[in-house]
Amino acid sequence: MTHHVSAVDVLVVGGGNAAMAAALSAREGGASVLVLECAPKEMRAGNSRHTRDLRCMHDAPTKVMSGAYTEDEFFKDILSVTEGKTNEKLARFMIQKSTECTEWMKNYGVRFQHALGGTLQLGRTNAFFLGGGKAMMNAYYASAEKKGVTILYNAEVVDFDITDGEFHSASVIIEGKPTKVSAKTLIAASGGFESNLEWLKEAWGPMADNFLIRGTPYNKGTVLKRLLELEAESISDSKEGHMVAIDGRSPKFDGGIVTRLDCISLGIVVNNKGERFYDEGEDFWPKRYAIWGRLVAGQPDQVAYCIIDSKAMGKFMPSVFPALEGRTIGELAKLMKVAADQVTATVKAYNDSVQTGTFNHEILDDCKTVGLKPPKSHWALRIEKAPFYGYPLRPGLTFTYLGLMVNERAQVLIKGGHRFQNIYAAGEIMAGNILGRGYAAGIGVTIGTVFGRIAGREAAEQALSRTAPSHAREEAVAHANS
Amino acid sequence: MLTAELLEEGQHLMTVCNACRYCEGFCAVWQAMETRTVFEEKDLNYLSNLCHNCSECYYSCQYSPPHLFNINPPKTLAKLRVYSYELYAWPRPFAKAFHKNGLLVSLLTAVILMVSINVASEMMGGRLFQPVHDGNFYKIIPHTVMSVAFGVVGTFAALALLVGFLRFWRNLGESYASLVNPRTLFQAAKDILTLKNLDNDGDGCSLPSEASSESFRWLHHLTFYGFLSCFIATTLGAIYYFILGQHGPPAYTSLPVIFGTVGGIGLTIGPIGLLVLMKRRNRQIVDESQTGMDLAFIMLLILIAITGLLLLVLRQSSAMGTLLIVHLAFVMTLFLTIPYGKFVHGVYHSGALLKWALERSRQPTVKVKL
Repeated sequence: MTHHVSAVDVLVVGGGNAAMAAALSAREGGASVLVLECAPKEMRAGNSRHTRDLRCMHDAPTKVMSGAYTEDEFFKDILSVTEGKTNEKLARFMIQKSTECTEWMKNYGVRFQHALGGTLQLGRTNAFFLGGGKAMMNAYYASAEKKGVTILYNAEVVDFDITDGEFHSASVIIEGKPTKVSAKTLIAASGGFESNLEWLKEAWGPMADNFLIRGTPYNKGTVLKRLLELEAESISDSKEGHMVAIDGRSPKFDGGIVTRLDCISLGIVVNNKGERFYDEGEDFWPKRYAIWGRLVAGQPDQVAYCIIDSKAMGKFMPSVFPALEGRTIGELAKLMKVAADQVTATVKAYNDSVQTGTFNHEILDDCKTVGLKPPKSHWALRIEKAPFYGYPLRPGLTFTYLGLMVNERAQVLIKGGHRFQNIYAAGEIMAGNILGRGYAAGIGVTIGTVFGRIAGREAAEQALSRTAPSHAREEAVAHANS
Repeated sequence: MLTAELLEEGQHLMTVCNACRYCEGFCAVWQAMETRTVFEEKDLNYLSNLCHNCSECYYSCQYSPPHLFNINPPKTLAKLRVYSYELYAWPRPFAKAFHKNGLLVSLLTAVILMVSINVASEMMGGRLFQPVHDGNFYKIIPHTVMSVAFGVVGTFAALALLVGFLRFWRNLGESYASLVNPRTLFQAAKDILTLKNLDNDGDGCSLPSEASSESFRWLHHLTFYGFLSCFIATTLGAIYYFILGQHGPPAYTSLPVIFGTVGGIGLTIGPIGLLVLMKRRNRQIVDESQTGMDLAFIMLLILIAITGLLLLVLRQSSAMGTLLIVHLAFVMTLFLTIPYGKFVHGVYHSGALLKWALERSRQPTVKVKL
């Protein structure tokens, strides 16, 4: 038997930053709001529980960010990481709106670290939550409860009733019970599909079995899939996303930040044949960490090993798993279960090609290889000081970018240029509009916050106006927002 | 004893936390952690005593249960802390007192109460229940008896605390010489006296529950400064007696009485409040094996404060004799158990904060802004 939940003005599907920003913003607009989070309470908030910061434009130092980060610089960074796969209008709009984010979040109890506090390197471009993303989400949830937002956990949306582009209700399994939830407007903020292993396999083929999922196991992409089936216009591609190389010993899901390895630029990386396959010193690590997941995914069995020597040990952020350790390269190779003579030969060839230079990890230094393929362009030091250390690497999928195409009002578009009458999207489910590929730290939360707020405000306004907004009024609002 | 499991639990905690560092804005524990890559027993002894149990980190943690990594800093550090109390206890055999501490302190209280009442009624008979018109305590228990008994026990307790502290200090790898550094002493004193690590920029901490609150900090201030005020009152009383030669009961407006009264009020409200917080604590972050110890200490403070205040009000009534015996029995129990109970947390927290001040002064490049 299907239960019914009394109709609300705004139905928010999801429980992360974008969902809660949307819920709070809709509440600000006076709407009744229901949030459906498919995870249990202890694991709520999707990937936001693993975040730490957001990237914000600012023209002068603020309490939580140093220096300035202009619109043009921010946009240039987006262009560079996405290689142009972005919607400039939406991206610039998001950048401008990002200036309001930290103050708005503070109103809901979100706390920030002081600018330059701690050992942060991104203190200029990014604002860091005190205690990280889970602390931020706890603050949101506490505020939402106080403001009268209804939140249901273990509530998985499985289908929608949509006719002629108008949403009427959602079919939801709440605590195991099939339930029908009607609402005047819908905000889809339920993330990507990175924890849906079947879907990953469809996109990537059998190699997807070897991917590790860095975040929540609850992002199954059910809502995304259903809306795409219901003719929503898609953006980006099912193989696009944020994938980094993480410690191969990490858990299948939810390993989060501690599984990252920051030693690649200090050593060399070999695959399980014992061969190098990419320039480990191509550019600064923060600019290159996002490509290594794909590089490892391209190797046999989707596995690789980073090898460093004692000189490099302790020069990067400590990682959660201990390094494999050998007195010789051969001994280390045995622990890595890679042919010892091949690894030894690779290290020797590398060592022989290293030119003496002045090592400086802070700049693109002149320590490089000559005549080696692929080269190591910077920070190339001989791997010669025992003991030698190795870390196994696997692709760690963080976000997926296949999503719903939206406009500046966060309205979800239908194939062929129209839009749904009352469906909005925010967060990872529409991040592909800004990030067609690549990633820069903290953009995910910025997208979620900016579009979550807009979706919430628009949805509340629409739900509370008796008749659907006239075309003229829409134009006016669009103009005001541009 | 530090079991292999607890050592492993502590190292697992620090390995995960040091690879994450999201909590670095919260308190000194995480900033001190970041300057280390290896976590041996002595590091855990230091970091666990640097932890004020505020629990902000627990609620912020993406790895807290039910996550596979099962990270629970307040609970793990609490377990390590009580182990360190045993490690440094002097004389060694008394370290066992940290096991079943609540039971032990309660039994000791009962025994001392019974013995004192019996001895007093044996020696004084009905006189114990006669009002003493000028409210002079020394007519019930001679000043010499009182000062010798408490002087001896108090000196022993102070010595035991000092030895414990020095053992702690050496265990952390510090020299005695590093103790005398005016700048770090001043810095540490500021951290200790303001409980800065429970403050979080004025938001307070996650005790008793998730929502940040300053209540723990203020109640601790009431308790600590109440205790200090009572200590000052006693010292002033001794000065009045020995130096000023005032052998009678001090007037209500005299300094010892004023300090004692103010301290007594703080020492009543503070610990009662702490008791309420204890009751409301999230059980998931509590090492239940220490509840008895915490409870025994708090209860003793409350009983001492209330009987002390009553004694002041009723000092000219017939209840004074009994009240005095009961009050002093509680005080004696506290004195005897000071080095082997919850009181020592103050010594080791202070020591850890002093070390933290030293570490900061040695590494000027480490950013420590909270």
